[in-house]
Amino acid sequence: MNWFRDFLLPRGASTHVGEMDGLFMFITLLTVFFFFFNGGLIFYAVRRWRRRSDREVTPHITHDTRLELVWSLIPLAVVMLIFLWGFKGYVKAWVAPNDSMEIIATGKKWVWEFEYPDGTRTLNDLHVPVDRPVKLVLTSEDVIHSFYIPEFRLKRDAIPGRYTELWFSATKPGIYQVYCTEYCGKGHSDMLARIFVDTPEQYETFLREGDEQTRKMPLTELGRLVWENKGCATCHSLDGTRGQGPSWKGIWSQKHRGADGKEHLVDADYIRQSILMPQAVVVQGYEPIMPTYQGLLREREILAVIEFIKELQ
Amino acid sequence: MSEGVLHAGAGHAVHHADYLEEPKGLWSWLTTVDHKRIGLMYMWSVLFFFLVGGIFALLIRLELLTPKQTIMDAETYNRVFTLHGAIMTFLVIIPAIPAALGNFALPLLLGAKDVAFPRLNLASLYVYWTGAAMAVATLALGGVDTGWTFYTPYSTTTGGGVTLMVLAAFVLGFSSIFTGVNFIATIHKLRAPGMGWFEMPLFCWGMYATALIQILATPVLGITLLLIVMERVLGVGIFDPQLGGDPVLFQHFFWFYSHPAVYIMILPAMAVISEVIPTFSKKTIFGYKAIAFSSVAIALLGFLVWAHHMFVAGMSLFAGAIFSFLTFFIAIPSAIKVFNWIATMWRGSISLEAPMLHAISFLLIFTIGGLTGLFLAALSTDVHLHDTYFVVAHFHYVMAGSNLIAMLAGMHYWWPKMYGRLYNKKLAAISAAVIFIGFNLTFLPQFVLGSRGMPRRYFNYLPQFQDLHVASTIGSWVLAAGLFLTAAYLLASFRQPKGMTANPWGGRSLEWETSSPPTTHNFEGQPVLQHGPYDYRPEPAPVGVKELAH
Repeated sequence: MNWFRDFLLPRGASTHVGEMDGLFMFITLLTVFFFFFNGGLIFYAVRRWRRRSDREVTPHITHDTRLELVWSLIPLAVVMLIFLWGFKGYVKAWVAPNDSMEIIATGKKWVWEFEYPDGTRTLNDLHVPVDRPVKLVLTSEDVIHSFYIPEFRLKRDAIPGRYTELWFSATKPGIYQVYCTEYCGKGHSDMLARIFVDTPEQYETFLREGDEQTRKMPLTELGRLVWENKGCATCHSLDGTRGQGPSWKGIWSQKHRGADGKEHLVDADYIRQSILMPQAVVVQGYEPIMPTYQGLLREREILAVIEFIKELQ
Repeated sequence: MSEGVLHAGAGHAVHHADYLEEPKGLWSWLTTVDHKRIGLMYMWSVLFFFLVGGIFALLIRLELLTPKQTIMDAETYNRVFTLHGAIMTFLVIIPAIPAALGNFALPLLLGAKDVAFPRLNLASLYVYWTGAAMAVATLALGGVDTGWTFYTPYSTTTGGGVTLMVLAAFVLGFSSIFTGVNFIATIHKLRAPGMGWFEMPLFCWGMYATALIQILATPVLGITLLLIVMERVLGVGIFDPQLGGDPVLFQHFFWFYSHPAVYIMILPAMAVISEVIPTFSKKTIFGYKAIAFSSVAIALLGFLVWAHHMFVAGMSLFAGAIFSFLTFFIAIPSAIKVFNWIATMWRGSISLEAPMLHAISFLLIFTIGGLTGLFLAALSTDVHLHDTYFVVAHFHYVMAGSNLIAMLAGMHYWWPKMYGRLYNKKLAAISAAVIFIGFNLTFLPQFVLGSRGMPRRYFNYLPQFQDLHVASTIGSWVLAAGLFLTAAYLLASFRQPKGMTANPWGGRSLEWETSSPPTTHNFEGQPVLQHGPYDYRPEPAPVGVKELAH
């Protein structure tokens, strides 16, 4: 029956596949069987007892309790079996193992944003290591979306103002399609994402250097992304507005007066130091509240921030 | 008149004109309280909106012939599928059998002069027209792009004529409630003398079960829709999390009506089939009580299963398990009915007239529709299939295929009674086959699309899905051809002179004992039940004998 399964279902690539495919094929065969069984009975009855004369007399059979019990109880037993089978798979897909890696997935019209444990964020491309349980915490910023990976046999709604979860352990490295399956307007059918199931080495590279998208991105563009995604934007404006920290606008090659009264030239080294050791120089008039980004930014991202600030004249 | 009816005042051989002829004039139709005329006006209204909804369906299928844009852009597509769903659900499938065929046939089957509240009946038709006009008027406001399910917070934040469409559905709910109240009162109070509950034709049981759902569930939809209007217009936060509401609450409210509404669609279909199969098998119905109680069981169980639409909506594991468990019980009465109908055909004297061909189509299509429901009731398979084309295919098999084909069976069955004329039987047989093939060609590929992962309500799709979409689109053309052929020969039947006998099919229920078409008051005097509605024995047991039933 494998050819029939492969005709009906996409290839499976998560630990949930076996359970679901088994039940799917069981009900499929049941459906095919009963279609031909009922169809066969009808066809036979029509052939055998087609009316030949209007005078024909038919037997007056009102009911048959035993027969009716048979065709009530057998279906009852079958559907209870299906219920238990389906419940078993659902429970398994519901309860994530304790050692799952947690990734936050946020849907918004019409993209998926992923946030990894180390603070890395990606748009529409989700990287996960093969054979490791991954728990996705889903939410939405606008309307309801739904996160669906056919190859994993998984789906869960992303609901604004709530958190829902799904977990999987991918079994085969490769790229898998993610669809939005809750209607969300004009871009619903283009709200596609991809899951990259990486080998451990590929995943290491991803963590170190970012995904393909960010690796190819020009530095200034990446710098803006870091500013948006890594929390810089909370305190540092781009338009000269005073925030918790000094604005980045036009500071390149200017002088910053530190709390100690000395002047410091804003150059690449100064910015690097301010990111990694923010307490070394605190600009006069500001609180020493910035946390260090040691270990949270990749080398390329620090360079990107420097390039980005350079451009902000 | 057959021996089945006692004539009160049989001495007068006064000839009454039939209900179509007298009184004459458009005004007499618009102000009629005759259930038969109201039934026919409902029927033609429903058929008109079926044409409109069907054109939208053809446009959807044409758009999906290729990925990306084929004939319209994404925003238009979203409006078209919303209108298709809303029109087909609220204006076509829900009223199709109860309000059209039910209104026409129920009093005749009961041996009554009319329904219990004839004016309420006419009011329900006007309420229906008002709701229909409101639904169509949304087009002028830029249409509606929410899908017929109006899920929040999308529906409370998007533009267009959502408020009007929601109010239209609210108004249409009242027409449904009026019909339900009327049928319940009619069945309780207006059965012919001698007709106990278990001597009623099963069509009446089906209508009774349907009416129960109509009056119990529809108010919940009404309230829910009003809450949407309050949120959209007044900004009261009920469903929108931005305003402190809960979007999933809407889904619970919505499906609390809309799942039972699925049984408003299928129970009347089953009711028609329970009449057609015994008549054309010339054999008593097998398991009368089992079918009657199955209808009521489906109606009641239907209230306990709504959240099976929400297995992936973040409901608790426990709730998911309970709703899945309860859902499976619906399968039992459905299976019982199918086996009873087949057993009725067994050793019968089967005549393959057009109504019977449609009934057989129904049996096959409902078998597929019912069994594919198991995939969606089971938790693990539903997680994969939810909101894919598998669901689209499943509910079209049940709501569209089964309901529509039963409607066709009923129309072909009672057409001679309605109009005193017969259609071209050969064309009817051909088009029954074309419709069956077209329907399956359209929707069978959608099961595979869905199980392979094609989500529903997609304007654009990946190229790997195109072959099956092409097959489905071609199927929609075949289906349309079959339906247009049906429309053609039914309309052509009006060119025939009226000359139908009272009982062209040899049926045993009371409607076949009055003329075709009947007079305004249905029967010449009060008919009294002489034999059961499915009693095909050569010498029926006399009145009053206990075992007479069926």
